[in-house]
Amino acid sequence: MNTIIEDKKTNSFTDNGLFPSSEVMLDLKKLKKVYPTPKGDYVVLEDLNLQIKKEEFVTIIGHSGCGKTTMLSMIAGLNEISGGNISVLGKHIKGPGPDRGVIFQAPSLMPWMTSLQNVLLGVNQVFPHATKSQRNDIAKYYLQKVGLEDAFYKKASELSQGMQQRVGIARAFAIKPKVLLLDEPFGMLDSLTRGELQDILIEIWNKEKITAVMITHDVDEAIFLADRVVMMTSGPKAKIGDILNIDFERPRTRKSVLEHDDYYKYRKHLIDFLEH
Amino acid sequence: MKQSITLGKVTKFMGLGFLSTLKSLFTGKLEKEDFINFLRKIVVPIASILLFIGLWHLGAKSLYNREADFKIEKALKDQGPAAAEAMRECIASGDISCQPNTLPSPGQVWGSYKSLLRDHNIISADKAAFKEKTAALNAQRIADGLAAITYTGRPSFIDQIIMSLKTVFAGFLLALIIAIPIGIFIGLSPTLKSAFNWFIQIFKPVSPVVWYLLVFMIVKTILIDSSEDSSFIISFISVGLCSMWATLVNTAMGVSSVDKDYINVAKVLKLGTFQKIFKVILPSSLPLIFTGLKITLSVAWMVLIAIELLAQSPGLGLFVWEEFQNGANDSNSKIIVAMFVIGIIGFLLDRIMLTIQNTVSFNKNDGI
Repeated sequence: MNTIIEDKKTNSFTDNGLFPSSEVMLDLKKLKKVYPTPKGDYVVLEDLNLQIKKEEFVTIIGHSGCGKTTMLSMIAGLNEISGGNISVLGKHIKGPGPDRGVIFQAPSLMPWMTSLQNVLLGVNQVFPHATKSQRNDIAKYYLQKVGLEDAFYKKASELSQGMQQRVGIARAFAIKPKVLLLDEPFGMLDSLTRGELQDILIEIWNKEKITAVMITHDVDEAIFLADRVVMMTSGPKAKIGDILNIDFERPRTRKSVLEHDDYYKYRKHLIDFLEH
Repeated sequence: MKQSITLGKVTKFMGLGFLSTLKSLFTGKLEKEDFINFLRKIVVPIASILLFIGLWHLGAKSLYNREADFKIEKALKDQGPAAAEAMRECIASGDISCQPNTLPSPGQVWGSYKSLLRDHNIISADKAAFKEKTAALNAQRIADGLAAITYTGRPSFIDQIIMSLKTVFAGFLLALIIAIPIGIFIGLSPTLKSAFNWFIQIFKPVSPVVWYLLVFMIVKTILIDSSEDSSFIISFISVGLCSMWATLVNTAMGVSSVDKDYINVAKVLKLGTFQKIFKVILPSSLPLIFTGLKITLSVAWMVLIAIELLAQSPGLGLFVWEEFQNGANDSNSKIIVAMFVIGIIGFLLDRIMLTIQNTVSFNKNDGI
């Protein structure tokens, strides 16, 4: 079994940075994050390199506090870069923007708006030249996709956590970003709802194929959703520890994934990494 | 059943939850729990009101006796036993000239309340008659480009309440117009905040009397060539300036402490400044702004009385002051009537603001 894992390593980890540039959507080069503290600088991330291809779904897994969320919010532009650079389609990012949609851990909906208004908030921004009814159609389309066709006009504060996060998914897809960043979006949900939302997410994603980077704590979720699972070492000075290719065919179903021969191999690989 | 739920919700929403207990009393469906609620929410308050009136009555009576004894004693000492006896008879007969002037009893206050209402009816009738009489003449005068003749008689108690409400609302609106925009700017910009902070900290605790004097100095000079009565303008501006601080501080706080998640969403969506303020920052700070407005209104009502009194602007404050200066037999009880009216109106204003606050608050649990 060891040889297989070694194989994966040579396939994936060593060729990091070697994708043809036309295929690269998101490129992190020598990324560094330093937080100054009274006791001196605290280096969260150092020399972190990662390339993500177009139409790829990457999940990131690692121990709490290792800097996953820091990395993601740096990609989103919400957190300053201390060193190195991040580029989307070869262009260095400057601050946040709707080309990188974010689904936050907390649904972060405006509670005084209806679910439709919440989605429209982004849609209006990204499609300023579309007519009002076109924008409405876009927002409603994505709300339907996440199964909220009956809740267009419900206030966000009246929705359950799971439903709020559905609106969050619809809002992120509706602005048609180049990259979708998901910061443990299902972490606060119970396992049943989590499963439902994973299915919804992967269903829309299969259709839209937006390059996605998702942080998760859940090994099964990481395998089920991803083309590659990126494992981060524990901080400080966290970097990419290992990358695992998940070679299941798409579209996937939960059942086919669970019954696949390689599933437990992948799972063991991830758990071995996390436990050492 | 469904209707009763909504009714209960509405009354609870307005902070008048005790009314729903009354309703269950009338629908006749009294459970044990309802009975305890009924005791607690209806019987206990009524009992305490009666107790209050009783204590007040006893207190007033003993003060009355003390004052009466003192008068008789004084007459005895200054003018001899015959004068003392005459004084005793005079007081017992209830003659106005020699009544002890002290805290009025609940009965006297109730009597004054009724006499104030009677007075209002008389003045209203008088006004209506005046209007009818001058209608033709006024129409003629307006046609000729002259000012209409207006009623210049004494205002009734009710007129004065209405004047006070007008002043307080004008002051409240002024506070709202000044404090909310400034609060938003201060909340948005730390630079403006440090520029304004000393100003807020120093002027916030200034007493209404001083505000009145300041406004008086300025408005008097501005309106120096006007023959109009400026007392209303001075008093509502003073009320506004006195009461706006709570709204100013709360707005600034609400705007500067918007949930970071919402700000991140606005950043990711790259909302423009205008959209960010009106779609994200303002709605999320509305609950705090309304808390500020509620405090502003109650402060405005509280300082109004003092300011009207100083400004000689018609209203409840002036009414109280004039009655005190007047020193007529029923002046004291009229002052107490005014006190209750002031208290009840203040309570109602507070409830109205609470209701508005609950409707704008997106998180229903926050408001109450």
